[in-house]
Amino acid sequence: MNIEIYQAEWFDEHQQFSLAELADLSGMPEADLRQLIEYAAIVPVDPDKVEAMFGAECLVTARKAQRLRSDFDLDASSLVLALSLLERISELEKRLQALGAQFPKIHR
Amino acid sequence: MKYKDYYQTLGVERNASADDIKKAYRKLAHKYHPDVSKEPNAKDKFQEVGEAYETLKNPEKRAAYDQLGSGYQSGQDFRPPPGWETQFAHGGGGQQSFEDVDLADLFAGLVGRGAHAGKFPIPGQDFEVTAQITLEQATRGTELDINLSVSEYDETGVPRRVPRMFKARIAKGASEGQRLRLPGKGGKGVNGGRDGDLRLNIKLAPHPLFRPDGHELYVDLTLAPWEAVLGASVEVPILEGTVRLKVPAGTRAGQKLRLAGRGLPKPRGGAGDLYAIVQIVVPTHPSEHEKELYRKLAEETTFDPRSHFKEVVK
Repeated sequence: MNIEIYQAEWFDEHQQFSLAELADLSGMPEADLRQLIEYAAIVPVDPDKVEAMFGAECLVTARKAQRLRSDFDLDASSLVLALSLLERISELEKRLQALGAQFPKIHR
Repeated sequence: MKYKDYYQTLGVERNASADDIKKAYRKLAHKYHPDVSKEPNAKDKFQEVGEAYETLKNPEKRAAYDQLGSGYQSGQDFRPPPGWETQFAHGGGGQQSFEDVDLADLFAGLVGRGAHAGKFPIPGQDFEVTAQITLEQATRGTELDINLSVSEYDETGVPRRVPRMFKARIAKGASEGQRLRLPGKGGKGVNGGRDGDLRLNIKLAPHPLFRPDGHELYVDLTLAPWEAVLGASVEVPILEGTVRLKVPAGTRAGQKLRLAGRGLPKPRGGAGDLYAIVQIVVPTHPSEHEKELYRKLAEETTFDPRSHFKEVVK
């Protein structure tokens, strides 16, 4: 059987999306995304530009927001609170992993 | 088609009220939601819970589900009773085959009937998969076998599970938590909707020697006391072989010796560093002669490893 091979693309900070693309790719309506922008849960790359563009991390946040909103029926302010707490947990986990990597094992 | 007991999944009676169903879902969602839960298999458990709730929270879908009958065990093969599809499923009428049909897809289609029959574009399902790779695979790049079971509508409008197998090539440079994307490799879009994406979240498998932090790597470098005091040239493992490292005289435990560019490669060129963390180890079973040498050293040395105590405790 002939198995096809596809190249996976890096999903990183170099990618940028318009608000419409963000809505399409996250499944979250533009109006709801605007609320997240208002609460600064999602921040455009250059807030002064007329057509705002968003980094790839914003897409990750928007997808997470969409999941949390639909799974827990959260309103905008609860959603932003949940997102900010999850972000803090994620940062702490990263720091914990960094410390764990630098912490030597016991060798006898 | 395999039966799924949605009431059992949510832990409620078949005659539970809509409010009880919602409460049961909320409780389980808090426990298993993949964005907040650290439970093992949280993602799979949440998928089961979410699927059950999607059907039972909707009165039309719940009625259709209840009409399937209740005498089955979860996972048991079954067929909907005669006429069920005419009453609830994708219009069509006539005898439909329910082989390769997933109950979740069938019930998702109940509400989607109008949309599917009409011409609204429906995007294909996005899939998110955690892919565990080794540090060596991250260094060289690798190919991963991907096996998905995607939902596709057949010509009669019935959603069927279709296996999809392919390989995903991952270029060198991945690190823990790195996200990759295969556009259009998720579920098929309907009525001109875009095909879904496959997203890969990279997880690095634990390595017996190296501990990653981003693209930096850490390895414990064990030294004998005399190597630390006098300095030494020691062999240090890197991901693809070994290098010699000059340990300066007077090296202390906990010091980090940097080997530039010997960590994990980065996606756009260059590489992180490898840090050798010094540990001083002592022989656990020294010979009598070795003990004698240590005693001599103890007698002659003026070194006080606890002098800092005296500076504080007078």
